[in-house]
Amino acid sequence: MSKNKIDIIQSTFVPLNIENIDTDQIIPARFLKGTTRDGFGKNLFRDWRYEDDDELKPKASFVLNVPSYHGKILVAGANFGCGSSREHAAWAILDAGFTAVVSSFFADIFKNNALNNGVLPVTVSEAFLQKIFMQNSNALLTISLEKQTLTIDGTGDSESFYINPYKKECLLNGYDDIDYLLSIKEDIINYETHPA
Amino acid sequence: MGKTLFEKIWDQHIVKTITDGPSVLYIDKHLIHEVTSPQAFAGIEKRGLQIFRPEQIVATADHNVPTLNQHLPIKEELSRVQVDTLIANCTNHNISLYGLGHPYQGIVHVIGPELGITQPGMTIVCGDSHTSTHGAFGAIAFGIGTSEVEMVFATQCLLQTKPKQMRINVDGDLKPGVLSKDIVLYILSKISASGATGFAVEYAGSTIRNLSMEARMTVCNMSIEMGARCGLIAPDDTTFEYMHGKKFAPAGLDWVSALQKWETLYSDDNAVFDEEVNIDAADIPTMITYGTNPGMSMAINGLVPSDTTMDEKDRASFIKAMNYMGIKPGAAIKGQKIDYVFIGSCTNSRIEDLRLVADFVRGRHKADDVEVWVVPGSKQVEQQAIEEGIDKIFEAAGFQLRQPGCSACLGMNEDKIPAGKYCISTSNRNFEGRQGAGARTLLASPLSAAAAALTGRVTDVSELSNKN
Repeated sequence: MSKNKIDIIQSTFVPLNIENIDTDQIIPARFLKGTTRDGFGKNLFRDWRYEDDDELKPKASFVLNVPSYHGKILVAGANFGCGSSREHAAWAILDAGFTAVVSSFFADIFKNNALNNGVLPVTVSEAFLQKIFMQNSNALLTISLEKQTLTIDGTGDSESFYINPYKKECLLNGYDDIDYLLSIKEDIINYETHPA
Repeated sequence: MGKTLFEKIWDQHIVKTITDGPSVLYIDKHLIHEVTSPQAFAGIEKRGLQIFRPEQIVATADHNVPTLNQHLPIKEELSRVQVDTLIANCTNHNISLYGLGHPYQGIVHVIGPELGITQPGMTIVCGDSHTSTHGAFGAIAFGIGTSEVEMVFATQCLLQTKPKQMRINVDGDLKPGVLSKDIVLYILSKISASGATGFAVEYAGSTIRNLSMEARMTVCNMSIEMGARCGLIAPDDTTFEYMHGKKFAPAGLDWVSALQKWETLYSDDNAVFDEEVNIDAADIPTMITYGTNPGMSMAINGLVPSDTTMDEKDRASFIKAMNYMGIKPGAAIKGQKIDYVFIGSCTNSRIEDLRLVADFVRGRHKADDVEVWVVPGSKQVEQQAIEEGIDKIFEAAGFQLRQPGCSACLGMNEDKIPAGKYCISTSNRNFEGRQGAGARTLLASPLSAAAAALTGRVTDVSELSNKN
């Protein structure tokens, strides 16, 4: 099943300058009861977003409720996505309209989950991350997956980021891992018969 | 060059390696539960695929299940649908399910080891981050997302990059009353909630060797809280004694040949670790968390850090956590009023945990204004507790012994801690809202949780023991 292809993402961004944002914040466990991949976006950052767990009471100060902040890029503090393996976190982020998350450090499982759903995790230096946080709400960021760069359009500041070449190829072309694994089924069966 | 324990198992499971890319890792055992599997089953069906190796999959219902009246239909509709979906999927795809009502039902990371499904040298995955628990047997065991669950369904393989190697050595004798939970919270306080990200962590040293299997599971369980891909401990006689005679463990001649293989599973003397951490067991106090990630942990007798010496960037996150917790920077945590006590979860819900708590509270009673929930990790643990009369001790102490499940560790069922209330919990995460929206979690060992249950306050267990 091919995913959305990613190449260049140019957008304003939503800043969340908090470290160690765990997947229970991204989507609390009580909202994991779906049996499909859809509809998790409305509960993204649920407990930071609403007073008293009530969708009719948005917390005015929370960035997703500030109308001037919007865009396809979420920018967050170090160790983003730590905690649970719930892929619902990546689904919620995608469902809420984000196609890239920028941080100085990602938790392992979240990073894989994001990549498997066509959400690009972009790891930048802490200094560059702080530079992004200093931009105002209409600043544009440009992420080029092909060139592996993130640029702050207004200032021209740019930094390159690392992505595994295989994963890069997958994202650029919309391939997914299952397609590849299915294509080597003979190797797998051969391994089962003659383990390493 | 010698190999680490991790590298030995890893190398044995590589089907092939993609140039400039990840490796194809063969998975021996796949554990599934109701929350992270339905979309993967749907994905397989949508692609028109069959499950490749259903006999290598074991399922249970744990995250959503009620811990009272499990014989009745699940009241909460969405939970019921998830559990029913798991039943239907397992029936349709010929997968062994130890669901509600089955004598083997329980938390996925409790039942794997107690049934002998978890074995040394295996690769084990589950759509749950605490899969690291199974590493206590000398297995590569890690949590995966639902897309990866689907990959394992389809091909019994995953694409993985090899993590870096870290060894944490703990040596010497532990102080009285210090448990394996304190060891892992102490490690977390030293290396932080992201200190092992990108690493496979091997726990070694005399202190680890002297731990029981269940205590080792507690340590490996929280590897993910350091960000580690997995945690593992070389198997030894303790491992083999624990496994012998377990339902799905090899038996007879198979046991003999398995043992020969398992005895080769250790890090070679000349193996190279990218990082090593050395800890003196004598330095480890009874621990408790004060903040909103497990790295924010401290000696139960100590003081919460003060923000005055922090740099600006760290201070913001710290103050946010302290405001959430309603705890003052620089204050003592001992004496903090507690409203709920939760003894359970894949970290500390095994029979040894329950025995320890029962021995400690025998003949005593909980404080009046504290609610105490003891949730066994599995039906087998529950049954054993009843056979040993532990249920009677709890009843006399005012502790509620409930039925198995993940329960208040993550509050997916009814077992939620109300907003603003303090819960001392033997689980693994103190994230904001983890145990219920607005709930305030203090992670600690089963003994510290039991001590708090008796006094209604955060209590140093050694002081309480001295009074008797």
